[in-house]
Amino acid sequence: MRKVYLDYSATTPLSKTVLAEMMPYFTEQFGNANSMHAFGQQGAYAVDGARRKIAELLKVKPTEIYFTSGGTEADNWALKGGANAYKDKGKHIITSKIEHAAILSSAAQLEQQGYKVTYLPCDEKGIIRPQYLEAAITDDTSIVSIMMANNEIGTVQPIKELAEIAHRHGAIFHTDAVQAMGSIPVDIADLGVDMLSFSGHKFYGPKGIGVLYIKGGIKPDKLIAGGHQERTRRGGTTNVPAVVGLSKALEEALDGLDANYNHIKGLRDYFVQEVEKNIGYVIYNGHREHRLPQNANFAFEFIEGESLLLTLDLNGIACSSGSACSSGSLEPSHVLLATGLPIEKAHGSIRFSFGKDTSKEDVDYVLQNLISAVGRLRAMSPLYSEFIGGKQ
Amino acid sequence: MYNERVLKEFANPQNVGEMKDANAVGTVGNATCGDIMKIFLKINENDVIEDVSFQTFGCTAAIATSSVATAMVKGKTIEEALKITNRQVIDELGGLPAQKIHCSVLAEEAIKEAINNYLTEYKKNKK
Repeated sequence: MRKVYLDYSATTPLSKTVLAEMMPYFTEQFGNANSMHAFGQQGAYAVDGARRKIAELLKVKPTEIYFTSGGTEADNWALKGGANAYKDKGKHIITSKIEHAAILSSAAQLEQQGYKVTYLPCDEKGIIRPQYLEAAITDDTSIVSIMMANNEIGTVQPIKELAEIAHRHGAIFHTDAVQAMGSIPVDIADLGVDMLSFSGHKFYGPKGIGVLYIKGGIKPDKLIAGGHQERTRRGGTTNVPAVVGLSKALEEALDGLDANYNHIKGLRDYFVQEVEKNIGYVIYNGHREHRLPQNANFAFEFIEGESLLLTLDLNGIACSSGSACSSGSLEPSHVLLATGLPIEKAHGSIRFSFGKDTSKEDVDYVLQNLISAVGRLRAMSPLYSEFIGGKQ
Repeated sequence: MYNERVLKEFANPQNVGEMKDANAVGTVGNATCGDIMKIFLKINENDVIEDVSFQTFGCTAAIATSSVATAMVKGKTIEEALKITNRQVIDELGGLPAQKIHCSVLAEEAIKEAINNYLTEYKKNKK
């Protein structure tokens, strides 16, 4: 059976050239980068080199790059550390309803500690409009955190305008760029953000490694207390192979950005066009233009997302359920509900995310299986019978 | 997450579809919760369930439980069918993930709902 992976927004396979670059640091050059001796200094040298390369690629200073265990830790650090460090300005935080759980759960913890949190809405296409922030921001707002691109529906937010508004009111601005990095251009200086999170495994790098960019002069409180690593701001023995891998993966991703963007967007646009042409009663969630190239998210009416996901899985196709039913919670996606999609349609939503290894043949195989899977599940659905019966 | 038996039942469910000549229908659940189960029964004059079918809007577990629950009541008297519990449905499937137990409850309720509708409405109309 053919296997087609269309869940690149969940994670990507590690690039073989990235793996090759990482390998020596697991075995021969295993030293602790904080040790004074030659074994350690080999590691320290590798970490320094990686940090400088990442800074150069992102056109920022090496001292502004901080390694973390991943995107989730970077988000936790930015929001909690930022809120604590700048609480003298005020205890009001602004984020949005469509953030990743790393931000939403951190915000919930801050609420329990007495912070006031405003969750900005999005419009029906999933865009957080600057006027929403303008209306919510106050003199007490210390930090604003809005994701650059949404993980479920792929909408790309007007970060530059949002950051300008935050700054005009004296608040610092963080963006979760986990989905954006390596997929679309991320010009940190032009965006004007104070902090930015990203993660290695979303662009063919290793899992368990992320970065928090912290602009010079911005000083969020420490999240992980420990030794003197990361200029004493983040404790814990440096994951040298992962740091090396992330830097190499970022280099490859940015070198191939235009080619990958065009390839992936071409396939995604073809897929969306064919789905809309061949399957009725389908809603394309999110915005058609302000969108990551790899993301397609549909609500198939009258059926439930998990059963569609599993039907495709039985045919070797991997995608992701828009409803969080499969992850144990029976609540449908908070992102889709924020766009105003009715709850029963949110239950029938599925995300397909494309990657650089996806081929036209893969997409055709998925289309063929998707059309028959939707047909099969609708034939079983009492909602569909009632709808069709009602029309006759 | 699901065992092989559940996946097999989901891939090839038994007794799927609308039954035009059913004399008992039970619908439980709602679209907001993400599960609707509709059971159709054809009950003969001896109170035996001659035929059964289902339509389900829901997850993998909801479809698999609909399939085995309908297979379990086929050929049974309504008295026997009313005794079938969600636990028996789960056992028949070799277990369900904890957060999917409610699907088996829906299957039990849908069968009871159909039989109760038969007893209160169909039989009454016949007299």
